[in-house]
Amino acid sequence: MQGLLAWVPLLPLIGFLILVAIPLFHRSEPPQKFVACIGVGSVGLAALLTMIVAFTLFWKTPSELVNISLWQWMLVDNLQVGFNFHIDWLTIVMLLIITGVGFLIHLYSVGYMRDDMDFRRYFAYLNLFVCAMLILVLADNLVLLYLGWEGVGLCSYLLIGFWYKEPANGTAAQKAFIVTRIGDTAMAIGLFLLFYEFSTLNIQQLISVIDGQEVNTEIITLACLLLLGGAVGKSAQLPLQTWLPDAMAGPTPVSALIHAATMVTAGVYLIARMHPLYMLSEVAMNAVAFVGATTLLISGFSAIAQSDIKRVLAYSTISQIGYMFLALGVGAWSGAIFHLMTHAFFKALLFLSAGSVILSLHHEQNIFSMGGLYRKIPLTFICFTIGCACLAALPFTSGFYSKDHILLSAWEYHQGVNILWLAGILGALVTGVYSFRLLFLVFLGKEGTASTHCKDANTPVMSIPLCILAALALFGGLLAPPLQAVFGVRPDEDHSAWIEGVAIAMPLIGLAIAWRLFLHEQKSGEQRSPLMQFWFSGWGFDWLYGHLLVRPFKYLSQINHNDIIDSLYKGTAAVSRQMNALLSASQNGQVRWYLTSFAVGSILFLALLVAL
Amino acid sequence: MTLLAIIIILFTGGIIAWLSERYFKAGGRWISLITLLLTAMLLTNYFTFIHSTGVGTAEPWWDSLQISWIPRFGIDFHLAIDGLSFLMLALTLAMGIFGVLMTWNDISFRRGFFYFNYLWTLAGVVGVFTAIDLFLFFFFWEVMLIPMLFLIAVWGYEQRIYAAIKFFIFTQASSLLMLIAIVGLVYIHYTNTGQLTFNYNALLNARLPPGIAYWLMLGFFVAFIVKLPALPFHTWLPDAHTQAPTAGSILLAAILLKTGAYGLLRFNLPLFPESSIEFAPVAMTIGAISIIYGAMLAFAQRDMKRLVAYSSVSHMGFVLLGLYALDTIAIQGAVMQMIAHGLSTAALFALVGALQHRLHTRDMQQLGGLWGRLPKLSAIALFFAVASLGLPGLGNFVAEFTVLVGSFRTNHWMTALAAIGLIGAALYALLMMQKVFFGKLNKRLEKPIREHEATDLNIRESCALLTLAALLVFIGLHPQPIFNIAEQTVQRSTTKIEAVLNIQKFSPEKISSQTHPTRLEHTSIEDTTP
Repeated sequence: MQGLLAWVPLLPLIGFLILVAIPLFHRSEPPQKFVACIGVGSVGLAALLTMIVAFTLFWKTPSELVNISLWQWMLVDNLQVGFNFHIDWLTIVMLLIITGVGFLIHLYSVGYMRDDMDFRRYFAYLNLFVCAMLILVLADNLVLLYLGWEGVGLCSYLLIGFWYKEPANGTAAQKAFIVTRIGDTAMAIGLFLLFYEFSTLNIQQLISVIDGQEVNTEIITLACLLLLGGAVGKSAQLPLQTWLPDAMAGPTPVSALIHAATMVTAGVYLIARMHPLYMLSEVAMNAVAFVGATTLLISGFSAIAQSDIKRVLAYSTISQIGYMFLALGVGAWSGAIFHLMTHAFFKALLFLSAGSVILSLHHEQNIFSMGGLYRKIPLTFICFTIGCACLAALPFTSGFYSKDHILLSAWEYHQGVNILWLAGILGALVTGVYSFRLLFLVFLGKEGTASTHCKDANTPVMSIPLCILAALALFGGLLAPPLQAVFGVRPDEDHSAWIEGVAIAMPLIGLAIAWRLFLHEQKSGEQRSPLMQFWFSGWGFDWLYGHLLVRPFKYLSQINHNDIIDSLYKGTAAVSRQMNALLSASQNGQVRWYLTSFAVGSILFLALLVAL
Repeated sequence: MTLLAIIIILFTGGIIAWLSERYFKAGGRWISLITLLLTAMLLTNYFTFIHSTGVGTAEPWWDSLQISWIPRFGIDFHLAIDGLSFLMLALTLAMGIFGVLMTWNDISFRRGFFYFNYLWTLAGVVGVFTAIDLFLFFFFWEVMLIPMLFLIAVWGYEQRIYAAIKFFIFTQASSLLMLIAIVGLVYIHYTNTGQLTFNYNALLNARLPPGIAYWLMLGFFVAFIVKLPALPFHTWLPDAHTQAPTAGSILLAAILLKTGAYGLLRFNLPLFPESSIEFAPVAMTIGAISIIYGAMLAFAQRDMKRLVAYSSVSHMGFVLLGLYALDTIAIQGAVMQMIAHGLSTAALFALVGALQHRLHTRDMQQLGGLWGRLPKLSAIALFFAVASLGLPGLGNFVAEFTVLVGSFRTNHWMTALAAIGLIGAALYALLMMQKVFFGKLNKRLEKPIREHEATDLNIRESCALLTLAALLVFIGLHPQPIFNIAEQTVQRSTTKIEAVLNIQKFSPEKISSQTHPTRLEHTSIEDTTP
C-alpha cells in the first residue's frame, strides 16, 4: 500500500516521457484523443492512487507516517542526500490538492486547448509540472525539495511562454523564471548554511537536531530568512511579486493550476514544512507575517484597478497567498494550509470560469468590453459567482471558514487589536470590493462590445470539472484537514462576538461598495485617476526594479560586451606592433642610413663613456 | 600497456586518416570513428577496477607503465591511470566520438589532414591525463596544442588566424611558466635528496622551502588557469571557441579546458599543499569572479557561439572555486562539473554548429522563432540550455550544488557571491532560447531556410545528442558511481592538505592548549613537514 505512493509522481513522469518521445517513433502528430488519454489519464491515476492511500491509511490514523526511500542520490563525505519521500498528513493534503485539482484542470484543458496545434507539447509540460510539484511536497530532504522547486519553476517558464510566437509571452516567461531564481538562490544559500551548521539537509533530522540542542538563534534566523527568500519568490510575495501578473500570458488552465492552485503556494508549504525552525526565531516569524500583511494589502488594491480579467485574478492570488503568509507568521500553521486548500478550489474554479469566458468571447480579456454575460453563459456565471463568493469569504462558503481561522489567529497572536489583524480585516474589505467588481463588470450590467458575439464555448469536458470545483469551493470548508499530528494542537480560545461580526461584515460591505461603484460603470479602463494608475501598475514595482536593477545591469553588460580585460592584451599587442613598425623603419636597406646611425651611436656611446 | 596502446592507436589512426584521403575522399571520418571506438573498447578494460578500488588502498594507481626515456635526467616514459584519469579518458574518448558524429559532413577540404589533427589532439590529451612523469606531462601538454592550433587556423571561421595566434600565445606563454616551475621543482628535489627525477610519485614528497614553493605553485597555477580559463586569462577562449570549426570547439570546450582543471587537482594541490592553502582565498575569489563575469559577458553577446563560450568561463569558475575550497565535497563537485560541463557545453557547441551549417549565421539578431521550423533541434537545445543553467536532476546541478555546499564550509562570502552566478546562468541561457528559438520566425531566415532546405536534426545527430542528454540525466539522478570512482584521487589530495591544516592547527604555540594532541599521530605529517 505504501509503495503505491512512489507511483504517484512517477505516473505523470511516464506520461511526460511518452508524450515527449512520440516524435522519435512517429512522424506525424498523434491524434488528440491519444494525447489526452495519456496526459489526463496519468494524472487521473495518480489522483486515484493518492485517494486510495489517503482514505485507507491516513484517514484512520492521522499521525501515520510513511517513509519511502528510492535510492541514494549523493553521498560524499558527510553530505548524504537520498531520493526519499516522507509522507505525513501535510503531504497528503498537498498530494490530494495537486493530483485532484490537477486532474480536473487537465480534464478541462482537453476542451480548452482543443484547437491548439501544440496539444501534445502542452500536455507534456503539464504532466512534467505535476511530477515536479509532487516531488516537491514528497521530498524528505531539502535538496530533493529544491529539485521539485526548480522543476516547477521550469515548467512554469515553459507554460507561460507556451505560445512562443508572441515575444511578450517570452518576456513574461523569462521574467517569471529569473525573478523566482533570485529567490531560489537565496534559498540555496540557506541550504548551504543549514548544512554547514547542522551537517544534514534531511528535514526530519534537522528538526530533531534543533529540538535536541541549544542552537544559535542568529544562524536559525538567517537560515529562516534565506528560506523565506525562496518562498517569497515562488509564492509571489513582496518584494518578488512582480512576475505573477505577467505570468498570465500562459494559457488560462495553466494559470489555474500553476499560478493559483499549486506552484505559487509552494512557499507556504515550505515554511509550514520547516515550521519548527521558524518557531525558534521571532524575527523570522515577524518577517513572514509582515511580508504577508503588506502583500495582501498592496496586491488587493492593485486588483481593484486592473482591467484584464486574468490580472485581477492574479493580483487576488498574490493577496490570498499574503493571507497564508500572515497565518504562517502568527503560527497558525494549519490555518495557512486550510486556506491553501480552499484557495486551490475556488481560485481554480475562478480561473477555469474565466477561461470559459475568454474562450466564449474569442480571447477577449478586457473586462470593460464584457458585461451582461449572465444570460449567455449561465453555467459559467454560476460557477464564477460561487468562486467570487468564496474569494470574498461570504459566510458559509469554504473561503469564509479558512479566512476566519486566519483572522482569529492574528487576533489571538497579540491578544487584541493589532496591526496584522487590522491588515487582514482591511484586506477582507478590499477582497470583497475587487471580487464583486469583477463579477459585476463581467456578468451583470450592460453588454459590452465583446459580449455581443459571445458564444458558449463550454463542452462537457469543461463543464464537469467546473461543477466539481464549484461543489468543492462551496463545501470545502467542511473538509478541514486533520493536521494536529503535524502542527500540534492549539487551544481554542473564546472570542467576543464582535470580532466574528467584523469578519463577516467586511466582505458584505465590500460587496455593497462594489455594487455602488461598479455595477453600472461604463468607463473603459483607459482614463484612470493617478491613484488608480498607481494601483494599476502594481504600485510601481516594475518601474522601480527596471530602473534599479534591470537597466543598470543591461547597461553594464552592454558597455562591456567586448570584454574590457581583452583590451589589456590587445593593447599589449598594439604596442608591440608599434615597436615593430618603429624598428623595422630603421631597417630600410640604405647604407647611408646604417652608416649614420652607426656613427651617431658610436658618438653617443663615447660621450657616455667620457661622461662617466 | 593498455594506456600506451590507446595513445599509439590514436597517433597511428591520425596518420592513416591523413594518408587515406588520397584513396577515399571520406575515409578520414570513418578511420577516426573506428580508431576512437577501438580506444574506447580498450578503455573498458579498466571497468574491473571501478569496483575493486576503495579508499585506503595502498596502491593509488590502477595500472602503470614505466619505460626509461632519458635516464641521464631521470626522465621516464611513465603513464598511469587512477579514478580521475579514467573519468577524464572516458570523457575524452566519448567527446571525441561525439565530435566526429556531429560534424560528419562539415569539413569540405583537406579532410584527411583535419582528422589527423583531430586525432593527434586527442592523443595529446590522453597523454596529459595519464602522464605522471612531469617532463612527459609537459611533452603531451605541447603535443595537444599544435594540432589544435591547426584545427583553428585552417578550418576555422572568419577571423581564424587571429584566434589561432591568440590561442597559441596564451597557452604557449603560460606553459613556459609551467616548464620553469617543473624544472625548479625537480632541481630543488635534486639538491635536497641527490636524486634527479621527474617522477610525480617521488616529487610528491619533495620538501620545499615555503617561499620558493609558493612561486613554483604560481607557475603551475597560471599555466592551468589559462587553460581553465579563469579571469584574467580567459580572453583567448571566446575567440578560439568562436572561430574554431565545430569539432574543434567541441574538443576545446569538452576536453582541453579540463586539462587545466585536471592539472590543478593532480599537481597543484598535492605538490604544494602549504602554498595552496595560503593561496586558496585568492583562487576562490578568482573562481567566484569568473563565474559572475563570465555570465555577464555571455549575457551581452550577439554571437550565439560566443555566448556559449563565455558560459564556459562561468562554469569553469565553479571548478576553480571547488578545487580551492580544499574540501572533499567541493573537490568532488569540481570533478563532477568537469564532466557535466564537458557534456552540456559540447552539445551546445554542436547545436550552434548544426545551426550554422544549416542557416549560415550565428548572429542571434538574424535568428529567431526556429521552434516552429526545427522542433527537434529546438527541443534538444532547450534541454541543454536548461542543463547549463543548472536545473536539478541534471548533471550540472549536482556539480554546482556540491561545489557550493562544500566551499561554503571554507569561505561563506565567496560562495554566496558565486551562488549569484546561478541567476546569471538563467539570464544568458534563457536569453539564448528566446532569441534563437522562440518568438516569430525571423524574416531574414525565410530565404536561407528555403534555399538551403534547412532540415531538422537527422537520425545520426539526434542519436548523438540524445545520448549526451541521457548521460546528463543519469549523472544528475545517480551521480554516485562518478563520486566513487573519483573518491580515491580526491582523497589523496585532501589528506595531504588536511595533514598540513592539522599541523597548522596544532602548531607548537597552540599545542599545549589542545585537548587531543594525539591526533597528530594519525596523520603522516613526517613526510610533508617542511
